[in-house]
Amino acid sequence: MKIFRAIGLTLLFLLTTLSSSGAAEADLRAIIAKFATAADFSETGVIVRELTATGDPAVERPLAALAEGNLYIRAADSMVFVGKEGSDSIQLFDPLSGEAAGEASADDLTQIGVNNTLRRTIRDALGTLTLGSKDPTVRIAAANTMFKTPDAANIEPLDAAIASESVASVKALLEQARGASILVSDKPDADKLAAIALIGARGDRDALSLLTSVEANASGAVKEAATAAIASINSTLALWDAGQNIWYGISLGSVLLLAAIGLAITFGVMGVINMAHGEMVMLGAYTTFVVQQVIRTSFPGLFDWSLVIALPLAFLVAALVGLAIERGIIRFLYGRPLETLLATWGVSLILQQAVRTIFGPTNQEVGNPSWMSGSFDIGQLAITWNRLWILVFALAVFGVLLYVMKRTPWGLQMRAVTANRRMAASMGIKTPWVDALTFALGSGIAGIAGVALSQIDNVSPNLGRGYIIDSFMVVVFGGVGNLWGTLVGAFSLGIVNKFLEPYAGAVLGKIVVLVLIILFIQKRPRGLFALKGRAVEA
Amino acid sequence: MRGNFAKITKILSAGVVAAGLLASASAKAAEDTIKVGILHSLSGTMAISETTLKDVMLMLIDEQNAKGGLLGKKLEAVVVDPASNWPLFAEKARELISKDKVAAVFGCWTSVSRKSVLPVFSELDNILFYPVQYEGEESERNVFYTGAAPNQQAIPAVDYLMSADGGSVKRWVLEGTDYVYPRTTNKILEAYLKSKGVPAEDIMVNYTPFGFSDWQTEVSAIKKFGSAGKKTAVVSTVNGDANVPFYKELGNQGIKAEDIPVMAFSVGEEELAGLDTKPLVGHLAAWNYFESVNTPENKKFIADWHKFIKNNKRTTNDPMEAHYIGFNMWVKAVEKAGTTDPDKVIDAMVGVSVPNLTGGYSTMMPNHHITKPVLIGEIQANGQFQTVSKTPGLVMGDEWSDYLPDSKDLISDWRAPLSCGNFNVKAGKCGGKGTN
Repeated sequence: MKIFRAIGLTLLFLLTTLSSSGAAEADLRAIIAKFATAADFSETGVIVRELTATGDPAVERPLAALAEGNLYIRAADSMVFVGKEGSDSIQLFDPLSGEAAGEASADDLTQIGVNNTLRRTIRDALGTLTLGSKDPTVRIAAANTMFKTPDAANIEPLDAAIASESVASVKALLEQARGASILVSDKPDADKLAAIALIGARGDRDALSLLTSVEANASGAVKEAATAAIASINSTLALWDAGQNIWYGISLGSVLLLAAIGLAITFGVMGVINMAHGEMVMLGAYTTFVVQQVIRTSFPGLFDWSLVIALPLAFLVAALVGLAIERGIIRFLYGRPLETLLATWGVSLILQQAVRTIFGPTNQEVGNPSWMSGSFDIGQLAITWNRLWILVFALAVFGVLLYVMKRTPWGLQMRAVTANRRMAASMGIKTPWVDALTFALGSGIAGIAGVALSQIDNVSPNLGRGYIIDSFMVVVFGGVGNLWGTLVGAFSLGIVNKFLEPYAGAVLGKIVVLVLIILFIQKRPRGLFALKGRAVEA
Repeated sequence: MRGNFAKITKILSAGVVAAGLLASASAKAAEDTIKVGILHSLSGTMAISETTLKDVMLMLIDEQNAKGGLLGKKLEAVVVDPASNWPLFAEKARELISKDKVAAVFGCWTSVSRKSVLPVFSELDNILFYPVQYEGEESERNVFYTGAAPNQQAIPAVDYLMSADGGSVKRWVLEGTDYVYPRTTNKILEAYLKSKGVPAEDIMVNYTPFGFSDWQTEVSAIKKFGSAGKKTAVVSTVNGDANVPFYKELGNQGIKAEDIPVMAFSVGEEELAGLDTKPLVGHLAAWNYFESVNTPENKKFIADWHKFIKNNKRTTNDPMEAHYIGFNMWVKAVEKAGTTDPDKVIDAMVGVSVPNLTGGYSTMMPNHHITKPVLIGEIQANGQFQTVSKTPGLVMGDEWSDYLPDSKDLISDWRAPLSCGNFNVKAGKCGGKGTN
């Protein structure tokens, strides 16, 4: 401890003497030292504002660290440090220079608490401070922050930043931020009208939010202009909303497709009412969890590849379990749908309880790889990466499956057995093995669906329960025995559901969809794309 | 042949005698223990939450036995599995009381399971300790509510959000799962917010089904509602499993806690264990206990729990603390009454005071609810909560909400001579809304 303190003091001494603006830095250090005595969040807030008021860009480091909860006080000497959590101790860094200052155990340090209000204060402060950053993305973030929290005091720094800005897109954002600040200042109406035009052209929700509050507080020409701008933003946003509903529908459709596609084989092609289908999805998700667990402990660098590694394993695990179920139970029950239903339901309970016993009843954490986190914007449409990848993945699985069914000898045999079992058998096809492999394929596909669904849902023993009803709905609606029917069925159910949801709410929306399906099945009992031919009647 | 027969009869009769002896011996052993029933789902949807409570009860009973038991006898846990099946809860409760002759039952999680066992407990006159935060509007003679009533969780949480520290929220989204607890809580909150001058257009109420997983539309509706130029917050009564996809969608759509904080009433350490909490830092939860609370009692509790469950990563949560309080209260009341007879214990319970894990004492009130502190916590990157606000004193559970028109005149007091769970102070008589 003593050594650390000595090192810290020496460092401090060196820094203060070496620094050219020694006096200013000493002032900053004096303010930062006050964090150690702040009793509550509001006192910490006062210190944050004091730091910001210095206008020194050097305060960015301690403030950013504070916002992330990485600012610590060392109990021994009440010194403030930026900390970085290591494996069993916390590495310390000087809050201003960022130079290493030894390490300490968590017990010797007190973390400086932050709450949302403080984080917001710091974010706004950093916005102003980082306006002159060399990195354009930082400047964009600064401009956006200042747009969201307009302040008349921002006009001057923004004017300076606009004058020196070279990137056109950043400049436009800065001008919008300046417009927002003008609207809350006491500038003449002419300036405000120009600002409203500028912000109205931005046309997003932040602009709408700002203009709504302007409209509420202004009068005369400014109020009218704000009202007109709000109306025009609302009308464009309504169009984007419709686009967004379609995207959400497609995304929900891709999830339904993934969940149902394995069932389209076991139930659709083979006619087995497989209630354990959801549990195959669950096994896939748990395989992903195990893979990630191994990667986390042994190969942390491979984390972004975890899903790719999990895919073949999940397929294998689920396919093997499927094979065992078919050979062990289902093959004795062909042609007896009621017994199959009860037996597979029993299997599903056994699998759930087995997973609960092995992994425990609580949710397991499956992380998102970096390429599946966050979102990007197309116009006013926010598209999340995980949903986009799941859509791509669902379509890819569908394409591969279609190829296997239509273009490979194995697929031909499968279709032959489905169409006419006895004829197929007399042609020399080993029908029992085709049955077993088909069931294994359907289960394996459900397993890889589990890998994708682990990214958006709970990985718990109940995972499969949530998908089984939807999967049957999709397969029956699309037409039993037809892969294309499953595709169209999944996407149309997804889109109808998402168009109903904003108006009817999620609960009623789901009921309406169910009623629609019942009516539809009354009219067309074989679903959207019914298989034709004699074999079906048999 | 004959000799053989005689031999067989001899052996048989010896066997019968031996069996009889064994039976009487086991009957004697049974008399020497006090049985405690544990009625938590160990399979099905609710197993995720309830299995932990079964384990914590076993731990508490073990510890009590290590201290020498109760009234000179050992405690014996009787665990049954109602399998997340509500009617089965009533059946299993009957089995525990009539067949196993338990002295008290600790159990139930969902309100519907509690409602299903209520008639059994009043018919067979036994005691139920209910450890979960619930919607209130109930007070039964045979039930002790150790979880939070709405005024011990929901109202202080909203007060915090309205304060300057909480961000002076002006616009409210009440998001819940579609069942009795969120519906009643949101009804109370809506009435409360309106009494505080929040106009109707600044409140949005939305419900989703159990286990809902596609939150895209809801989250973008929240985003839209939040862009009206007023500080917005979400009050979430979303239940259990639906929370993980909800938070994942919030994180992915970039809703930050600084802009639109989400205050949850059903998200604890256990639910966060299945999540990467880095994008969720700053979202809030209101409880009466957090694992991160730094008191000697809590440190010991966590250490005991880790030792008992043999896993250092298992978290503790609020309903576990509720069982801790409830069990210790029951032990104290039995010692006070000198018997495990439910009638006497029920009378002895009121006024019993035991330490809670947050550094204070919880007392059983005449309405069979307890006093607790209310903590507001922010989610941290390590999956724990950091307490950002704590009520200065203990809050007494209010079973009949003052903000609902049909319950504001009702009070409950199970002490003699009133002994009524829904006394109408206006009409001056027992009865009115409720089950009695």
